[in-house]
Amino acid sequence: MANDFFQGYKGRSLETLKKYNVRVWGQAEIVTTRGTFEGTVLPRSENDDDLHIVIKISTGYNVGIDIRTVKTMKETGYKKANYKIPEKEFPFTAGQPDVKLLGTGGTIASRLDYRTGAVIPAFSPGELYGAVPELADICNLTTEKVFAVFSENMGPNQYKQLAISIGKEINNGIDGIVIGHGTDTLHHTAAALSFMIQDSPVPIVLVGSQRSSDRPSSDAALNLIHAVYTAGHADLGEVVVCMFGPTSDEYGFLHRGTRVRKMHSSYRSTFRTIGDTPLATVTRNGITMIKKNFNHRRKDKKVKVQAYFKEKVAMVYYYPHMKPDIFDSLIDKGYEGIIIVGTGLGHVNKEVYPALDRAKENGIHVYMTLQTIWGYVHMFVYDTGRDMMAKGVVPGGNMLPEVAFIKLGWSLGMLENEEKKTGKTYTKQERFDYVKNLMLTSINDEITEREPYNGYLVYQGGVPEVEEFIKKFRK
Amino acid sequence: MKKIFNPQKNYNDTRKEIGYISRKDAKSSDYKKIGFMSGLEVHQQLKTKKKLFCRCPAGIYQDDDDFNAEIIRHMRPTLSELGEYDGTALMEFKTHKEIVYRINNETACTYEVDDTPPFRIDDEALGIALEISLLSKLNIVGEVHITRKQYLDGSIPTGFQRTAILGVEGEIQLKNKKVKLIQLSIEEDSCREISDIGHRRIYKTDRLGMPLIETVTYPELYTPDELMEAAQYIRFLNRSTGKVRTGIGAGREDVNVSCKGGTRVEIKGVAHNKWIPELSHNEAYRQWALLNVKKILNKRIPNNKNWKIDSAFLDYDVFDSLNETLKDAKDRGLKLVLVNLPDFKGILSHFTQPGKTFADEIWGRLKVIACLLEPFMAHSEEFGSNSSDIDFNLLAPILNAKENDAQLVFWGDEVDVETALETIEERCKMAFEAVPNETRKSLPDGTTIFERVLPGADRMYPDTDSAPIPLEDEYIENLRKNLPVEIFERYHQMRDWGIPEDTFNYILRNNLVPIIERIVNDFGINPKFVGTFFGHKLKHIEGKFKQHIDFSYEKVYDLFGFIDKKNLDISIAKEMLPIIYEYPKMDFESVLITLKFKHRKKEDLLAPIEFLHEKFKEIKISKNDVTYDWLMGQVHKQAVGNVALRDIGKEIRKIIKEIE
Repeated sequence: MANDFFQGYKGRSLETLKKYNVRVWGQAEIVTTRGTFEGTVLPRSENDDDLHIVIKISTGYNVGIDIRTVKTMKETGYKKANYKIPEKEFPFTAGQPDVKLLGTGGTIASRLDYRTGAVIPAFSPGELYGAVPELADICNLTTEKVFAVFSENMGPNQYKQLAISIGKEINNGIDGIVIGHGTDTLHHTAAALSFMIQDSPVPIVLVGSQRSSDRPSSDAALNLIHAVYTAGHADLGEVVVCMFGPTSDEYGFLHRGTRVRKMHSSYRSTFRTIGDTPLATVTRNGITMIKKNFNHRRKDKKVKVQAYFKEKVAMVYYYPHMKPDIFDSLIDKGYEGIIIVGTGLGHVNKEVYPALDRAKENGIHVYMTLQTIWGYVHMFVYDTGRDMMAKGVVPGGNMLPEVAFIKLGWSLGMLENEEKKTGKTYTKQERFDYVKNLMLTSINDEITEREPYNGYLVYQGGVPEVEEFIKKFRK
Repeated sequence: MKKIFNPQKNYNDTRKEIGYISRKDAKSSDYKKIGFMSGLEVHQQLKTKKKLFCRCPAGIYQDDDDFNAEIIRHMRPTLSELGEYDGTALMEFKTHKEIVYRINNETACTYEVDDTPPFRIDDEALGIALEISLLSKLNIVGEVHITRKQYLDGSIPTGFQRTAILGVEGEIQLKNKKVKLIQLSIEEDSCREISDIGHRRIYKTDRLGMPLIETVTYPELYTPDELMEAAQYIRFLNRSTGKVRTGIGAGREDVNVSCKGGTRVEIKGVAHNKWIPELSHNEAYRQWALLNVKKILNKRIPNNKNWKIDSAFLDYDVFDSLNETLKDAKDRGLKLVLVNLPDFKGILSHFTQPGKTFADEIWGRLKVIACLLEPFMAHSEEFGSNSSDIDFNLLAPILNAKENDAQLVFWGDEVDVETALETIEERCKMAFEAVPNETRKSLPDGTTIFERVLPGADRMYPDTDSAPIPLEDEYIENLRKNLPVEIFERYHQMRDWGIPEDTFNYILRNNLVPIIERIVNDFGINPKFVGTFFGHKLKHIEGKFKQHIDFSYEKVYDLFGFIDKKNLDISIAKEMLPIIYEYPKMDFESVLITLKFKHRKKEDLLAPIEFLHEKFKEIKISKNDVTYDWLMGQVHKQAVGNVALRDIGKEIRKIIKEIE
């Protein structure tokens, strides 16, 4: 427990604090060669150096003191901060839909600890109500923390767990599901749920935020309002991602879970539907459908959850002059599926062909997707494509690479379950066929029959008509 | 018989009652009496090539309509320490403002609109800010921590300003006292407001993110003059580095003022130091007046905990005829609301500032918080030219108003009525407590108007997007080696030189001592002449002629260099300066030609004096001895630049003496 007094300090700065008996949260007077500083000693971020002590001065600012300049210091007081988020009871309103918010560990709403800067997540309905009171006008909200992992650590186990939890909620008669999720792998999870829960009678809405909710300009509250509205009121029975449409606080998009991708590292409008239009737009006042064909909400509470996933699937992003050893090592490590992200219409260099042969021999399922993100794999156009198909590489249509990766994992899981269920051992070819049938049969537009003209819109600035459009409409 | 209430008289009486005197009549004893206390937050833009946290160019300004895109945001309050929304936050949220940012691709990138995290702090800005910190005798921190300071007014798209302390506990030396400094911070500048109408506020982002420093004094300035002196000193200090921006908006002051029993009120963004004395004077007396309002109200309504307003929607038909304003309000479908303020008679017309009354306190908040569009209000104690023709005697019975009550009506969108009523009641209830915490905007007439509720102390928190920046001793010491001379020493220096005091402000404001020093040292010219040359001659020309974009003080240095090289007399400098000011590209020889200057030797100039003397005797009419003046006039023009006029004068007198 001794370390608790010196949170985050290490090496020389820790020695200095110990030498003068000054603790974190202690009010300190520090005499240095640069003058005297007074303030509350704050915990230090563990990745920062060991040469400085951080204090909060009376005006609220933080400053660092170089321990090499310290002549002497003393603790003149001590007050440990202990904060928690205010909780107010979430009001129940008869007649409003019941929505369940499932937490995965991402921060949806939060408040700040002003002394440390730490973000304290708000999660219980009461806490959320305290942070985003508008939610109470939309639905009756309950919450459940399914697990707590960062977005980048989400994986097959979490997908399965989440799908099962959703299934239970639906059976219990919930009117809509919202899943709070970090944004980095939001679209992977959306794809996984799209395959695991194919016939949901209610909306399953994944939501995140690009700016943490501790800042006044955060997109978190509005995204959450949009998501909760969608879950409670939309005539939808699908898995969708609900995030900002434009970067402005104007409206959100509902993206189909199988066609959505994070396209910018930091923009609020980072999620885009690729190769198609988004499903709908959403504001606090309603939903406007863009696509005409979608699965409608149903009154029943029936849902089939197929929470299967085989982990030994990899994704290989092709680069010029790639060597076959990349594939060989995957084969040697026992991988069962490989998604290649190829160039152009779906190509890799000849050098890796022997490895592709080997993969096929070893019963490994290899699918081709595209680095171009937009467009279809066309392996008939050039000889190289035809050669590869002969080596067992299956063109993945216009499936997004990440979606293909998730779907292959799910398909292999389905296969394993099928074998277990039937007790039958499939031949290599039967396995190829089973998986190929699942992979290439579109469940919810992960492969579309056609690409609409407005499915590919990456305008370039500088052109007068584009500039005019941006100035007038693109907020 | 019922005494008729006269609001104008009430205004005059209450002004007298609180002892208001005009600024020019006020003595320091008056300020002592009301406990005048003030401090400064001096903002100064740094002259850097780039902005503070992104690599956009700094210092390029665009017209309001010169933009490539617009982005809309709404600022949402975050929960404060105690789990409550703080005052400002709540207020800004109440207003439901739609904030529009105009972006020009030349001056703003995705950082400005908060779609990209910050890049490393600009080193040039950090260096300049540290130089100024050292000049301000501050204790320099060991490590710079970027902090977020929340602003919900939309002036910064993130909703917070990135700012960092560079030094604490410094001081400046004024004429008669030392003033302690709390701290100096480096921060990013905010957006420039284009308009703020109703629920929509528009900003442009050209200035956003430019490096700025803020020097904060302790509240140790006890008269408006001291306050002004400190403001000037800090401005001169900043400018003495030669590395800060000048011009409109480059230096701005927040002035914190209170009186005894009052509250710290911040007058934001005072653009001209010369406004400071009047503004601070009026603010202190405004608080003094509000203390009187408190006294009156508490005496009149001892149990005021449950005091509340009463209100009713009015039908426009209640009036026999509608004036233009009300007609317009009716046409726009605005709701008309009558409000009764129990026991507030004589309060609405109570003096607060010259030409302003307590009613203006309510008006200011209604405009900002309830977003009502002007004009939106009338009340029962109006007087003078701004009075409406609404008959409140007719309206008062609607709410069963009593003799001692006051009434107001306002009109606005239905959605804003509730906020407006809350705002009115809130402001009136604050009157029982005296002076509310707020920031105020300065007006050119020396009065102020409500701007925002003063934010609480809880709006600072660390910026999780940036790493701390260590400041090594070696770096600091290197900066210390190249610091300019301190301002109070500059005052001494100028006095020693014998430069007239009325030039000091001009010289320091424009950081001219270094160039004067160079002219004096390099060309051996009398410092008093050079100082006066800048402080009188150049200043005069600035007010009279249009400066060419290429003109710089360096031209004046070159001018003296030319005079020195050509062995001319320095008197020619005054003739050449206006031409150089307007046409700095003209070479000095050409300037001489323009002036029709001819090289003449002293002997040549004096040669015709005897002849002229003879001639003058013939034409002389006056009985007075004006011979010298006339003779001087004859040769003056040719002498300029060739011989010092004093020398020529002496010689002429000598000649006259010899002849007569």
